[in-house]
Amino acid sequence: MLRFARWFGWAYTAYTFVFILAPIVASLVFSFNADRFPALPLTGFTADWYRATFTDPLIIEAFQRSLMVAIPVASLSTVLGFCAAYCDYRFVFRGKSLFSLLMLLPPTIPAVIMGLGMLSYLSRINIAGEIGAVLISHVVIALPFAMAMIRLRLAQMDDALEEASWNLHASPAQTLWHVVIPFCKQSLIASFLITAAVSFDEFAVAWFVSGLNETVPVRVLVFLQGQVSPVINAIGTVVFSSSILLVAMGMAFSGVGKAKQSGAGGSPA
Amino acid sequence: MSSNTLRRRWPLLLPPLLWQLAFFLLPLLFLFVISFWSISNFRLQPDLTLKNWDFMLSRSAFWSAYGHTWVLALGAAIVTTCCSFPAACSLAFTVPERTRKLALMFLVVPFFTSYLVRVYSWQAFLSDNGIVNALFGVLGIDPLPMLNTNFGSLVGYVTLSLPLVTLVQTMGLAQIDRSLIEAAQNLRAGPVRTLFNVIIPLGKPSLVVGALFAFILAFGDFVAPTYLGGGAPPTLSNLIIDTTKSGQQWPRAAVVAIVMILTLVATSLVAVRLAYGRRK
Repeated sequence: MLRFARWFGWAYTAYTFVFILAPIVASLVFSFNADRFPALPLTGFTADWYRATFTDPLIIEAFQRSLMVAIPVASLSTVLGFCAAYCDYRFVFRGKSLFSLLMLLPPTIPAVIMGLGMLSYLSRINIAGEIGAVLISHVVIALPFAMAMIRLRLAQMDDALEEASWNLHASPAQTLWHVVIPFCKQSLIASFLITAAVSFDEFAVAWFVSGLNETVPVRVLVFLQGQVSPVINAIGTVVFSSSILLVAMGMAFSGVGKAKQSGAGGSPA
Repeated sequence: MSSNTLRRRWPLLLPPLLWQLAFFLLPLLFLFVISFWSISNFRLQPDLTLKNWDFMLSRSAFWSAYGHTWVLALGAAIVTTCCSFPAACSLAFTVPERTRKLALMFLVVPFFTSYLVRVYSWQAFLSDNGIVNALFGVLGIDPLPMLNTNFGSLVGYVTLSLPLVTLVQTMGLAQIDRSLIEAAQNLRAGPVRTLFNVIIPLGKPSLVVGALFAFILAFGDFVAPTYLGGGAPPTLSNLIIDTTKSGQQWPRAAVVAIVMILTLVATSLVAVRLAYGRRK
């Protein structure tokens, strides 16, 4: 009975992964399918949809714009996320839980509401409709992920490390630069990669505030509002590959190997 | 020491604090403010009027959208919780820690990959002559309409939140003291009884928090109900988009947004109460 339950559990878990992966795989398969409409049986191999993707100036511009947003967003949210994580780790101050709440809350606010809020607020201060508006909004959304990942790493740091540095007459700033940041280096890289992926995939807020400056996911959304187009599968596959690569690299940097090295029972990914 | 720490924490504290105040809190507060403003000549005018609130809250279309969104999100929370529980149990109790970590990593990756494209991809599975109905045909089952139904929306919601919910549940269940489960079995509790009297009560916080995440994500999502659910009747997010994009009626959309936020805050408070409340 128990053995049966165990096998059932494993089969079910495998099925869960199939459910999660199915749309990603289907997108990959149909992106090479000759038929315009995604249906079985497959009608033949073609690279036409990729050719259409990479010759469409709107899509190329969108890719450039997405990169132009993702890189500054990743840098800025990693820096701000580190500041927030270190404050949460090191200092005790009044209103600290309120501070952490303010830092971590954005992902729980529905994107449509964030989009509307950003649109009305940023157009009031005349930034809406520009690429900078997307950048600002994406930092707000990505910062919590950066903070959470770096905070997990700081939790593994031995208090004595900083104290030793202070005892050796290093200033707090020197300690931060020579001790804390090197200790967090891998989680900083991980946070950079994952916040870049967050920005690269965010469509709702970007759709509200970007005006005519479409990023890749906004372009996909516009495609979706039109008729069925196999080009979406081709863009989708490119987007999937890049964000899976970013996140997988990020995960590799953040977790698995280092839990052992620090000794303390590793934190969950 | 304390004055020293006080002085040197400002350079680190201020940048993230000011950023989130200026670009997160203020925009949300601003939504509240403009819900009392008016529109004249297609432009936003500072005002102090209740007519946006009156307009939205007196319409039956608003309340039917509200009810529809609530039912869908509640359904998503229940379905996702039930769907991920067996997998979470399996990952928490029957596999070695290395495998568990690897599996959790595989769960985190899709959470960050384009939800939009995944929803589009589901259309190919769920449409009337799509993959699932083709499989049904092979099995001799009559084709079922799935795209543009509430079932379609649910598939989208589960796609969105299943990885996160499974992650939360697995982490919660893995922390349960194994000896309690063994004790139950030594006292001759069967697997079903162990599940309902030991594992579920002890794992309750993670089950409730996971369900809350699923609820929040589904409540605010517009992609699944639009592209898998057919868009009718509209959800609250659809209402915000229509009101903002085609009507340019930002103040009215802000009313909907505030009602949504209040609903989510209230739901979260109830859920946290439910998850942690009855333990000392």
